[in-house]
Order: sequence, then C-alpha cells, then structure tokens
Amino acid sequence: MKIKNNIAVSDSGFVFNPATGESFSANPIGMEIMELLKKGTPTQEISNTILEKYETDAPTIDKDLHDFIQILKQYTLIEEHGKA
Amino acid sequence: MEKPEYTIGVTALNAIDNPGPGIPVIRALREAKSFNVRIIGLSYESLEPGIYMHELVDKTYQIPYPSAGTDLLLERLEYIQDQEKMDVIIPNFDAELFSFIKLQPKLKAMGIHVFLPTPEQFEERLKVNLTEFGEKYDIPVPESEAIFSMDKIADIANDYDWPVLVKGKYYDASVVYNIEQARIAFNKISSKWGLPIIIQKFVHGTEYNITGLGDGKGNTIAAVPMRKQYITDIGKAWGGIAVSDDHLLELTRDFIAKTKWQGGFELELMKNKKGEFILLEINPRIPAWIYLAVGVGQNIPEALVNLALGKRVEPFKKYSVGKMFIRYSWDMMVELSEFEKISTTGEL
Repeated sequence: MKIKNNIAVSDSGFVFNPATGESFSANPIGMEIMELLKKGTPTQEISNTILEKYETDAPTIDKDLHDFIQILKQYTLIEEHGKA
Repeated sequence: MEKPEYTIGVTALNAIDNPGPGIPVIRALREAKSFNVRIIGLSYESLEPGIYMHELVDKTYQIPYPSAGTDLLLERLEYIQDQEKMDVIIPNFDAELFSFIKLQPKLKAMGIHVFLPTPEQFEERLKVNLTEFGEKYDIPVPESEAIFSMDKIADIANDYDWPVLVKGKYYDASVVYNIEQARIAFNKISSKWGLPIIIQKFVHGTEYNITGLGDGKGNTIAAVPMRKQYITDIGKAWGGIAVSDDHLLELTRDFIAKTKWQGGFELELMKNKKGEFILLEINPRIPAWIYLAVGVGQNIPEALVNLALGKRVEPFKKYSVGKMFIRYSWDMMVELSEFEKISTTGEL
C-alpha cells in the first residue's frame, strides 16, 4: 500500500490530487504517516514508528492508523501494491 | 518581428451570473502573443456588461436575435463590416451558432473568417441526438429521450428511475425527483427554449469539463480538463481547477479524431462510481471558463483565430495542473449617455 505517485503533499500538510482536483488538509501526524506510506513503509512499521515517538499505546495507534488509511482509500489517494 | 493586428468580432458580452464566454475570450485575444487585436463587440441587449468595458471592447454593435433569421443578421453584419473590416468573428452562443455556420460562405466573401463546426458536426451532437452520437462514435452517453408532450414524462422517468434530468434543447436543465417537479420543469424550460424537451437518465458521480480545440482534420490542438470547485445555484462553475487525468485527455483526443471536430468545444462528463466517464453534453463553442485554459498555458481563442485565418498552429502539449480560477462580480459605473447611445443607435 502506497500513496499514489502523483499526489502532492506540501510541508504545510496540504494534499492535492491532480487527477481529481481535490485537496485536503492533514495534521502533522497525518503528514508523517503519509510520508511513510509514500516510501512504501509497511503499516506495522508505521505503527512501531509512531509508538516509539509518541505517548500512546499500540491498540490506539492500530485503530487510528486503520481509520486514517480507510480515509485515504476513500479519497483514492492510496494504491495497493502492484496497481497503477 | 512586428505582430499583425486583426479586427475580431466577439459575441456573448453578457458577463453576468450565468456568463457568456465573450469577455474571457476577449481577454485571451488581448493576451495573444502572435497578434494584436481591435475588438468589435456584437451584442443583443443594451445591458450586456461587455458593451461598457471599454478597456476590453473597442466598439460594440447590436445585432438581431437569431429568431429574426439569417437575412437580417447578414444585413447587419454587412453594415458593421463596412465600418470595421473584421478579419474574424468568434460567435459564442449556442443559439446563434447555426446562423453563423449557415452564413459562413457569405461571411468569407465579405472577408470575415470563422472557425466553426460543420453543419453535420453541429447537428449530430445536439442534445436530442446524443444517444445516436454515442452509438456512432462508441462514446458512453446516458440514456435520454426527446419528447414533445408532457404525457411521455412518466413512462420514461419510471424506466430510468427517479431522479431524472429535464433539459432544454439549448440551455437549462433541472434535476427532478417526482412527476410534479418534472411537469413544472417541462413547462418552465419549454416556455423559454421551445420543444423538444430532453429527459435524461441521472448519472451519479463527479462532474468534469474539458475545453478543447479541434483543427477539423482530427488533430487535437488544445485540451484542458477542469473540475468545478464552486457551483452556483444553476450549476455554473464559480471556481474550478485544472486537473490531470490521462483517461479524460485520451477520451477528448478520441472524440476529436473520430468526429474530425472543427473549432472550440466543451465536453461535460460525469465520472461514475466505477470510474467510467459518461459524456453528458457537447457544447459546440468555447465555454465561459475558457480563461482557465489560457491561464494554464493554452490560449485557445488565439489558436482558433490563427486556424480561422488559415495559419499553421502547433498543438499545445502541456498545461499547468492545479491552477484554479475564481470568478468575481464587479459593479461598473456607467453614464446614462452611454446606455442611451447603445439603446437608440445600436452602437457604442
């Protein structure tokens, strides 16, 4: 799973999909997750990274990460591996 | 090298809440790199804002409504041509296009060039012929039927499922959710634009528009897709953004190649939940949001003028994705004497 190549994420968290013209705002953690997804980082590794960095617990992270990825999928910002 | 100066007649100066394309077309022509322009506004009503925008329009002449027939229009254009020696006219209203297409040989004899679809192209993309158009060129279109009587609405709408679209033959469309709303829309639209009325299956999805230019030989000279971001009560774009979608551009090139489209156009498409593009409408003219195309690097009105004058035009290859347009309104102060002049003499 990866953020689509054509999706632009700016330093301010502004996300632009050039294919649909839609734009979104991501908060700092959202941006961090998107950056990791853009590099093709597996979700488990993303969970671990967040867990090391912030004061929270694994079940909360897993749930929030799952929700966030569902939102990215809903907005067609993400692609499964092997898909164009 | 010194640039030539062309005198260009432009219609649709109604820069109102449902704007005509005239003003953005003129703005594009004034920014042309290959020529300078003198702009002759051609207006129908005395309150079209463009008449009074003297920084854009050098002189305006009123012309007769299309319903008055082509003879009167020709007579008026002959008079204007005697004064102005126009090189090109860009008509921008659907309802007047047929007259200009018909008058094309006579206009050419007067020294006026146009670059319009052929009568066949104009005819076959009419809303009432959209189903046949889709079949002929293998382009997905929504089911639709043209009706002359209100009695037919219920049968068709029940076949399609509610809601359905009720459309006028040139302009206007309403989404209706039951038979009562359909009847009201039928009466309202037919009283303004006449019959038939088109009942079209409603396609759920996201709307995209593309403006482009075909050279009449099947080549795409320009194509810019846009997604509306801010839509007025009557569905007009008050803001939009240039998008990049290979499928949309491919579909546009395919449309031009198959129809050998000549002139400017706008395609209205709906992307359904499956990601398929359905062609809702083909407008055989430049759209009111044309300045976005200019702003992203494709000056379509300039290219159209050069094609009309028989010059070689290289196709545009790229445009800036993500650039937006936002429309705004502006109250101009106008002296009564100017209003008086255009109202009484038909010139300003």
